[in-house]
Amino acid sequence: MIAFFNRARALMGPEMAGPGFALLAVVVFFSLASPQFLSRATFGSVAFQLPELGLLTLAMLLPILTGGLNLAITFTANIAGLTAAWVLKSNGGVDAGPVAFFIACLLAIGVGAASGLVMGLVIAYTRAHPILVSLSMMIFLRGLGEFLTRGGDISGFPTFIQPIGHGSILGLPIPLLIFIICVLIWHVLLTRMKLGFNTYMIGSNIEATRYSGINTRKVQVLVYTLSGAMCAIAGIIMMARFNSVRVGHGESYLLITVLACFLGGVNPFGGFGRVIPVFVALVVLQLLSSGLNLMGANQHLATAVWGILLIAVMILRYAAGHLKFLQRIKG
Amino acid sequence: MSELARPKSGQKPLLSLRNINMTFGGIKALKNVSFDVLPGEVHCLAGENGSGKSTLIKIVTGVYRPEPGASIDYDGQTYSHMSPVTAQAAGIKVIWQDLALFPEMSVAENIAFQTVLGRWPRFVNYARMRETAIRALARLGVSLDVDLPLKEYPISQRQIVAIARALVGEAKLVFMDEPTASLTQSETDHLLDIVRTLSASGVAVVFVSHRLAEVLDISSRLTVLRDGALVGVYPATGMTQSRITELMTGKTFDHETRARDVSANPAMLEVEKFSRPGLFEDISFTVRRGETLGITGLLGAGRTELALSLFGMLKPRSGTIKIDGKPVRFSSNRDAIAAGVAYLSEDRLSLGLIQPQSIADNLVIASLDRITSGGLLSDDRKRALVARWIADLGIRIGRQGDAVSTLSGGNQQRIAIAKWLATDPKLLILDAPTVGVDVGARAGIFDIIAKLADSGLAIILISDEVPEVYFHADRVLHMAEGRIVNRFTPRDCTLQDIEAAVYA
Repeated sequence: MIAFFNRARALMGPEMAGPGFALLAVVVFFSLASPQFLSRATFGSVAFQLPELGLLTLAMLLPILTGGLNLAITFTANIAGLTAAWVLKSNGGVDAGPVAFFIACLLAIGVGAASGLVMGLVIAYTRAHPILVSLSMMIFLRGLGEFLTRGGDISGFPTFIQPIGHGSILGLPIPLLIFIICVLIWHVLLTRMKLGFNTYMIGSNIEATRYSGINTRKVQVLVYTLSGAMCAIAGIIMMARFNSVRVGHGESYLLITVLACFLGGVNPFGGFGRVIPVFVALVVLQLLSSGLNLMGANQHLATAVWGILLIAVMILRYAAGHLKFLQRIKG
Repeated sequence: MSELARPKSGQKPLLSLRNINMTFGGIKALKNVSFDVLPGEVHCLAGENGSGKSTLIKIVTGVYRPEPGASIDYDGQTYSHMSPVTAQAAGIKVIWQDLALFPEMSVAENIAFQTVLGRWPRFVNYARMRETAIRALARLGVSLDVDLPLKEYPISQRQIVAIARALVGEAKLVFMDEPTASLTQSETDHLLDIVRTLSASGVAVVFVSHRLAEVLDISSRLTVLRDGALVGVYPATGMTQSRITELMTGKTFDHETRARDVSANPAMLEVEKFSRPGLFEDISFTVRRGETLGITGLLGAGRTELALSLFGMLKPRSGTIKIDGKPVRFSSNRDAIAAGVAYLSEDRLSLGLIQPQSIADNLVIASLDRITSGGLLSDDRKRALVARWIADLGIRIGRQGDAVSTLSGGNQQRIAIAKWLATDPKLLILDAPTVGVDVGARAGIFDIIAKLADSGLAIILISDEVPEVYFHADRVLHMAEGRIVNRFTPRDCTLQDIEAAVYA
């Protein structure tokens, strides 16, 4: 058992231990507590709920790895959704064609990326703190969105976009597929590309990275631009799922994305963290909420349990670190 | 050894340390050290960087706790260890090299703030603080405007403020850690006068300095440490500078410098009338292929600023640089690296290496293009590149994925050098490459530098330790206040010639 655990750890890296253990614990607990837990229904509910939070978490991950934060993710997603909605509405609404939808998606991603680009430029050139910069952007986008929509819903889209929110291919939900593709892109970016390498280095020590001949400003600008583009993809999926766009949709996800990153072993001060453990952490959070739902627990209680889980993870991580420290003293 | 360590005069020591041992991460920083200070004497603590001087001071002042078995006799009492509070209360004061002052606050607040800490009622009596400060300065024979913020004063005056602060309350024993490192000769003379005044008033002063002329000038006795062990305690009279150097390094220097004549080699770097007013001015020199050019001078002489300009990180106002005969102009260090310039930072901990990240990543960061294939980074190529440099430079590591912070200073510096060699440079600028490197590991670093020069690399070696440039460079430039004031050829001069000029 221990040998197996060690081999798994060598394969996945040390960040995997926490989320892997949590996954095991959640699956075992709910399988015993509820016979319906290991079923297609649970899989379906998790698979359809995961992508929105997941895509936003990916958007949060890159800035956190550089030692920053992007508080504007949910409203960037909303504004990108609004952009897509505006293109569809001005091309016939319910009767808009696939070409219009394609252009809508491109423009939405462009708007999301632009929001990130502006934040990245301000952070890289003024050296203002990312929390303040992204907070300002968040307030700007919220105000702008509420002004444009007068606080209401925009709806009335062509029916062919609904599968993006609800459909399946070969039994796999389409939003889940899109999310998995994005996870893989982020994984390759962070493990195999220069931008990813530099993202980690900046997160540990931006000045030493600059002294090594890395264009740290360019890296920061690209990181926030990619973060904004990822928000836009989340915004498009939310539009398809709810068949409407409203500013404020998904607002409660903001801090959950930060916590999902930490649950996935990402260093809150930047420099360390991997995509796959974060993915597993997201699955754990979603299974937990579906499992509690299955047992008839209140939705709000599920949120409370998320909080307790995260605190427990922090304590366990401290204990594990302490244990390792003690072993080193002995050895 | 223990015979020597006992004070000869029969006077009862003020401070007496016995059996002091200290280990940091498996490295013995102090090995069974004894140390005595007599009341009112000026005692010099001599040793190279990393010999254990600072660790010893930190044990006396309670920052560190020595390993069990130690005894500290001070002023009639015996302690197994000190704490910062007991040391302060017993009149043991330290003036750290970085002074630990508050630049934004007034001179009076800097001197007297400790008198108002933790007293009830918790109100600050500014009038009394001013009075205390003026009195402390008067004891040193100095008068400053105590209401001005400290940052208005130059570093030499700040030093005096730090001493005045140490005198507030009952000081019996004052430690000064490299107090003259950034002072000019006249400022140093003034400071030494103050030290004599202090000593005459009955305060014992322990003086840490590697400027040997001062050491002989001011102290009555000296204790020499090498590699954490006590070498001996000696009276200052009858000591010579070369004898102290021998004691500190354990080597006999017979003036065998590495300096060679490479004037036939083609020029690699030509610098012409390079200026950035306020930092450096009118700098012209040439470095040839295979040559090691030393640059020395006091802290703040503009050495590092000049190096940063050559590396494209600081824009010069005027002047030109040619590399391999071609004029170049750098708008960032990326241009400089592309042109074949590499710069090893003086600050390895915060600028030279990314301490928490892995050995492998630190080694490849400046040459990512070499491990890229088809637009993606290749793990295999990375591992091979790292393995090659680790072997080439004889670096001892655990795994490539370990954090670079787990390595010793000497091995870290080798990783930093390897990182730049991996960029295939033509000119390597080494800024203080032995700072924080054990005495034993320094020779290894210089062996690497010598091999690199022999292979045709042009090297600029910057150091404020004159012997380093004297023994390892082919030519030496002496910078002061942003200008080149002397040019030496170690083949044709003595170490003392350069030291005399630099510390004049």
